[in-house]
Amino acid sequence: MRREEIRVCVLRVGGTNCDAETKRAFTDLGVKSEILHVNELVKHRNLLDYQVLVFPGGFSYGDYVRAGAIWARWILAKMGKELKCFVEEGRLILGICNGFQVLVEAGLLPGFDGISSYPEAALATNSPPGYNCRWVYLKQETNGKCIFTCNIPENKVLRMPVAHSEGRFVFAKDKEKLYLERLLENGQLVFRYCNKNGEYANGRFPINPNGSFHDIAGICNPEGTVFGLMPHPERAYYWWQHPNWTRQKQMPQYGDGKLIFESVIEYLTKNF
Amino acid sequence: MRCHLKIEVSLKPGHSDPEGETTAHLLRELGYNVVAVNVSKVYYVVLEVKTEEEARNKAEEMCKRLLANPTKDNYTIVIEETK
Repeated sequence: MRREEIRVCVLRVGGTNCDAETKRAFTDLGVKSEILHVNELVKHRNLLDYQVLVFPGGFSYGDYVRAGAIWARWILAKMGKELKCFVEEGRLILGICNGFQVLVEAGLLPGFDGISSYPEAALATNSPPGYNCRWVYLKQETNGKCIFTCNIPENKVLRMPVAHSEGRFVFAKDKEKLYLERLLENGQLVFRYCNKNGEYANGRFPINPNGSFHDIAGICNPEGTVFGLMPHPERAYYWWQHPNWTRQKQMPQYGDGKLIFESVIEYLTKNF
Repeated sequence: MRCHLKIEVSLKPGHSDPEGETTAHLLRELGYNVVAVNVSKVYYVVLEVKTEEEARNKAEEMCKRLLANPTKDNYTIVIEETK
């Protein structure tokens, strides 16, 4: 598939944000990207016209009930069959921040045995509690299985911002060990919080900004086609999005977030 | 008939409750001899059903599909009033 044939759908509902930044990142790489309200997608469009579906960040439906829960159930009720087909065809789904919460609540992640009827994990209230907006370091943990990081060398440390109140990734207490083993065995653990030298946070705040289990910042499904992360790669796409960019002597054009978008495009141009 | 339900969603034992811990800390600072605080969420739902059993089944379904995440949440359902 040629780059200009690739179509990306960035969804929006009341309360989503950074949809414009996400669209701009994809557009900058030469693919067709559009922001669609979910009602427009359900009523007038065909999901299978797109190769990439993005659930952006924000506070969909006011984060009522639990962050991401309402949007997750809504989308499953309205277009569950299409979504299942989309995943089974190996098309790509990216969930950023609130989008990650949606994918977990919808049972698409971790998706050990396909899409689960009920969530197999949760993104709980931050510990320490409260909204946390800061730049963090992430270590890339997979060896190319996750399509969204296939261009990023294993153990590379990336820098991106987080901005959330419910980002503490947890498993059920009685399944914690088993599920972590499955994540590792399947190569589903993609990003962990670390310091700038790549040393894991081991739960320490603020290196781990939310108390996430095993410092988990992002995971993918066993096939590597559905990926969710709490940090915002679209807010680290250009170098001038960095908070200290004017004080840097070296001025590259792009930030670390670009690597994720580039990985997606490279995979699609080679495999679709 | 109309069934008034009280559905309480709370954290399962063993899951940390940062909101409860912070609240407990502040209450101690205010001079109260607080041992622990646990935060839960209560939904008051009015359902149109034929029997109380149906109401309970529907409420269970609602908890599983939306109101609780089985990874970290417990829930209790109480039928408060039937008219």
